[in-house]
Amino acid sequence: MSSRLLSAVAVALFGAGALFSASVQAEDKSIIVQSTTSTANSGLYDYILPIFKEKTGITVNVVAVGTGQAIKNAQNCDGDVLLVHSKASEEKFVAEGFGGPRTDLMYNDFVIVGPPADPAGVAGSSDAAAALKKIAEANALFASRGDDSGTHKKEKSLWKAAGVDTAAGSGKWYRETGSGMGATLNAGIGMGAYVLTDRATWISFKNKGDYKIAVEGDKSMYNQYGTILVSKEKCPSVKADLGQTFIDWLLTGEGQKAIASYKIDGQQLFFPNAPTS
Amino acid sequence: MAFALVASGDGDLYEIIGLSLQVSLTALFASCIIGFGLGTLIAVTRFPGRGVAIIAFNTMMGLPPVVVGLLVYLALSRSGPLGVLGLLYTPAAMIIAQTILITPIVAALSRQIVEDLFNEYDELFRSLSVPTLQAMGAVLWDARFSLITVALAGFGRAIAEVGAVMIVGGNIDHLTRVMTTAIALETSKGDLALALALGIVLLAISMTVNALALSLRSTAARQAYA
Repeated sequence: MSSRLLSAVAVALFGAGALFSASVQAEDKSIIVQSTTSTANSGLYDYILPIFKEKTGITVNVVAVGTGQAIKNAQNCDGDVLLVHSKASEEKFVAEGFGGPRTDLMYNDFVIVGPPADPAGVAGSSDAAAALKKIAEANALFASRGDDSGTHKKEKSLWKAAGVDTAAGSGKWYRETGSGMGATLNAGIGMGAYVLTDRATWISFKNKGDYKIAVEGDKSMYNQYGTILVSKEKCPSVKADLGQTFIDWLLTGEGQKAIASYKIDGQQLFFPNAPTS
Repeated sequence: MAFALVASGDGDLYEIIGLSLQVSLTALFASCIIGFGLGTLIAVTRFPGRGVAIIAFNTMMGLPPVVVGLLVYLALSRSGPLGVLGLLYTPAAMIIAQTILITPIVAALSRQIVEDLFNEYDELFRSLSVPTLQAMGAVLWDARFSLITVALAGFGRAIAEVGAVMIVGGNIDHLTRVMTTAIALETSKGDLALALALGIVLLAISMTVNALALSLRSTAARQAYA
């Protein structure tokens, strides 16, 4: 009995030790990127990261969460690089000394997708604020992220421009899912609601049903992605060298070209626009 | 599609299945060591606050995985008390979270089983004045077949949960992606067919583990009573 117990404990200790050494090894030449979901769900990382790894040998581990949570995680020092899309929040992050500098990386745009019946009569519009106003007036269903993500922040600013107070319709026509872009699209399409989504997620999304893009082409639906190295001063555990290598690669010719060449069904998802130095 | 997926010999899929099993089985192993010990201890001893301890363990069987994930995240985060270990976003963090999640289940269920058995033997133990530790061992050994079912309940909870491993593992490709987080990811990509196929594969894995445990149990039982 006791020898049995002893051997069990030995196995447990050995297992824990092996795991620990494995995690230490994995730390060698890898960084953690706190990222927005759209860049991960659209398959961009699957496309560009192998190219980067081939060149530098650095493994990039992507944690894909909403922009709000990604910034929070980075503030907790649980990441080396931040790659998100909410300029105001990013600048606040830099101003508070959590990292920097912030650099533009690439852009695409947001679109509003809707059911073919188009209950609010907004299909074909290129005026986001007017379309949202119509949706609210028609009491047509609208599915919101409601999760403090970059897309959610953009959506709130659009509602503000439309002069609509969504709080009054919350739970009625205005449905906050509190989840990621894909989950919100699934829910929105399931209930026949309009949804604001970034174009990359929409193009790569596989459960579109009979949904189509209803509103697109408004300047206010521009979607800028930025990248920030987390501060080594605030977070001594940050791998500043490796993180900087990754950011430099993203911002220079090769990385920018890789981003531009990622396409689904012939459509480009992200448009690189890093400042040329 | 699920069969095609497995038959295709996709290396990524095997890697994900392997990690799922590694994480959940390791967590189960740790939980059994802690849970059987605690459960038996509470079953055979009488101490003030014992009732409270039993209620506490029974309540913790219902711990929401996402809450456990959040607590482990706060503890392992670089800005948390155990941040220096650098364990966040590693399989070790996922094992810790699942161990916390299923230890109460193993402890509470084994406590009940051992206590029932112990009550049967109590007079015998007392008449022979068997030391407590030895009595614990004897009862635990006698209950071993029921305890396999307890372990399977714990395993089922661990392999199926997504909330905790998603937060502390981060669902990182080739590092911390397991079956449940992969299913969540494919669902959010709108690839419902692939997500469902992965779900069926996960069920098949659970079934295999259960079948193995059952055959182990009946083999052992035959030997014991032959």
